[in-house]
Amino acid sequence: MKFLPMVLANLGRHKRRTILTILSVSLALFLFAMLRSVTTTLASGAEVSSANRMIVQNASAIVFTLPQSYANRLAAVPHVQAVTWENWFGGKYGDGRKFFAQFAVEPESFTKMYPEFGISDDDKAAFMREKSAAIVGEGLIKAFGWKVGQNVTMQGTIYPGDWTFTIRGIYHPTQKAFGDDSFMFRYDYLYERVPDRVTPGWFILRIDDPAAAPQVAKAIDDQFRNSPAPTKTGTEAAFSAGFATMWGNVSLLMSTIGMAVVFAILLVTANAMMMSQRERTSEVAVLKTIGFTNSTVFSIVIIEAAVISLTGAALGLGGAWALPVFTGMGSGGFLPGFHVTGGTILVGAFVALVLTVASGLLPALGAARLPVVQALRRVE
Amino acid sequence: MKIPLVYNMRSVINRPVSTALTALGIGLVVAVFVAMLALANGFAAALVGTGSRDNVIVLRRGADTELSSGIGRDAMSIISSFPHIAAGSDGKPLVSPETYVVINIPRVSDDTLAIANVVARGVSDRAFEVRRNIVVTEGQKFTSGKSEICVGNKLVGRFRNTAVGQTMRFASRDWTVVCHFTAAGSSFESEIWGENEQFQGVFRGNVFQSATFRLKDPKGFDDAKRALQDDQRIQVDAHEEYTFYAEQSQLLGTILRFLAIMVTSIMAVGAVFGAVNTMYATVSSRTPEIAVLLTLGFRPRSVLASFLVESAVIAFIGGIIGCLLALPMNGVVTSTTNWASFSELAFAFSVTPRLLLDGLIFSVVMGVVGGFFPARKASKMPVVQALR
Repeated sequence: MKFLPMVLANLGRHKRRTILTILSVSLALFLFAMLRSVTTTLASGAEVSSANRMIVQNASAIVFTLPQSYANRLAAVPHVQAVTWENWFGGKYGDGRKFFAQFAVEPESFTKMYPEFGISDDDKAAFMREKSAAIVGEGLIKAFGWKVGQNVTMQGTIYPGDWTFTIRGIYHPTQKAFGDDSFMFRYDYLYERVPDRVTPGWFILRIDDPAAAPQVAKAIDDQFRNSPAPTKTGTEAAFSAGFATMWGNVSLLMSTIGMAVVFAILLVTANAMMMSQRERTSEVAVLKTIGFTNSTVFSIVIIEAAVISLTGAALGLGGAWALPVFTGMGSGGFLPGFHVTGGTILVGAFVALVLTVASGLLPALGAARLPVVQALRRVE
Repeated sequence: MKIPLVYNMRSVINRPVSTALTALGIGLVVAVFVAMLALANGFAAALVGTGSRDNVIVLRRGADTELSSGIGRDAMSIISSFPHIAAGSDGKPLVSPETYVVINIPRVSDDTLAIANVVARGVSDRAFEVRRNIVVTEGQKFTSGKSEICVGNKLVGRFRNTAVGQTMRFASRDWTVVCHFTAAGSSFESEIWGENEQFQGVFRGNVFQSATFRLKDPKGFDDAKRALQDDQRIQVDAHEEYTFYAEQSQLLGTILRFLAIMVTSIMAVGAVFGAVNTMYATVSSRTPEIAVLLTLGFRPRSVLASFLVESAVIAFIGGIIGCLLALPMNGVVTSTTNWASFSELAFAFSVTPRLLLDGLIFSVVMGVVGGFFPARKASKMPVVQALR
């Protein structure tokens, strides 16, 4: 480390080159972190899930509903402690350009099933009291500038007509991955208006023992196998993971691009390091003549590469982390809950280390192996 | 007087490693640029190519997708008798009342977690005539009254039991696959087609989801739309089929394009920095040469142009490498979910000549931008000092 001033002096010699190289490293790691975060956010559905929750859906497809009468039969299955149900509403608000999810939920059992939504007791009470009440995520509230007590009218696409809800509460999810851009209203409000068409879209169960999940799933699916609405039961994690796979190869695409970005910048950095060393051939010869060992010369070059890569990484990863935090781009939009995870930062730091070695190795070896006598001939 | 291009070419060849690294960096940017736009284009093309301009799709009023629509049998017979519908070869109206459901079928892989939502469309046998782009590639169309289905060719091989003669099971019933069809790369190729009366029975009761018909007068969409919407007996909206599907591509298409532009611009900045470094190093290592050129009487302008050209040449080589890297992506089938229909849509990357040209132009722009300041430095070099 006592050579650090020397390394810094070397870096300061071509300030422009050093700055440009550091900036390209930081851009690369910024992109890398953002792309990886898209993937982790898509996959974070699995984090949302509790090992104690299971989802029962129609075996044909999620778009088909299940009979209300299943609720009692599900509650009677061994290990099942609680049952609630939800429905997808699919309404349009305003010009319909900004999409958000609306769910019809059974208020009492829903709030008990999902403590993670962080709904205050007052809001819960208001939700129970009034049939047209709605609980809305804080991100959505901000996005539309809504206020508690305001009436919101949506157009139904699945259930035609205008639907007016009164916002009675705001939820603040205790886990980021939950997303804060959903709109929950009461199932009985929906049912009241179209009783002949509304049955639960899917059921959510809480079981007492996560290890019992496979046998609960089997018991339920066997029970309904020959009914008009056969079921498909799985853990909440499997359900969320299934949604993530619906994006298809997006994750693969993102990581491929991430690799391309990193590789492209590796070339830039390696090139810069090689140029610097080529220019310093005679200096290295002088250093060696006055007694610097091969390994010292080697480590001076590697440290120089490390300073460039790590400074760049700190800037890029820091920027990637700060962007969703300060711009609020994680709430609403097409990727609710978008954030850069600690894992991504770690992977990014690792990439920076690899970059150090890959870009510094050849020039450092070149410097270490430099034949002094020949190189000195060129010293003026 | 201009400095001959040969001078730059020789200089480029003189520093192979540095040139190759810079060119490769730019090449990767171009490759990502072309590949990502090919993905966005392929996705949009699959949906845009689905509808025709002279077809009309009728949905329940207020429904914006077939999934959320519902049209009763009475309404359907009223729609089918509209005078705006073209007649087929046999004189009967070219209209296909359709049921539309999304079903869950297993992929070839054993990953049971993966939800594969696939569209099952119940059609009348007129559907093959109403949609001009449908071509049966193997087998025969399904027979009315039988439990038979046709499978779009993008599903074949990716899902289980999709070969002709095999049996698929969904909706508690067995269905024999009797044909495969293509639809000019459009989203129909990701669908399963069966007879509407068969599907209606097992899925959704006595309701259709949509009707698609051919216009008698190809320009008469507005008339037909007005007539349908003014009819007091039915509550429907009419959409031009082309626009209907093109709109479904907008959301994800825009996201993909935005992502492509954003990612490549950030990458491009990094690559330009690389080019700047390389060109500065080039200029400083050739200081005496440049001084000689200036002494010989070449104008500073020519020196500037010469170095810009050199930088552009390096970038152009990179652009060609990038295009070559991206080219194999053409035709590769990938899939994602069409969120408008909640179902899987398979489509092919489409690398068009236009896209390759854009990529090359992009590379040259990067080269010129990256080369500008170093080239200016070269042209403004003080001759006397540099000659020492």
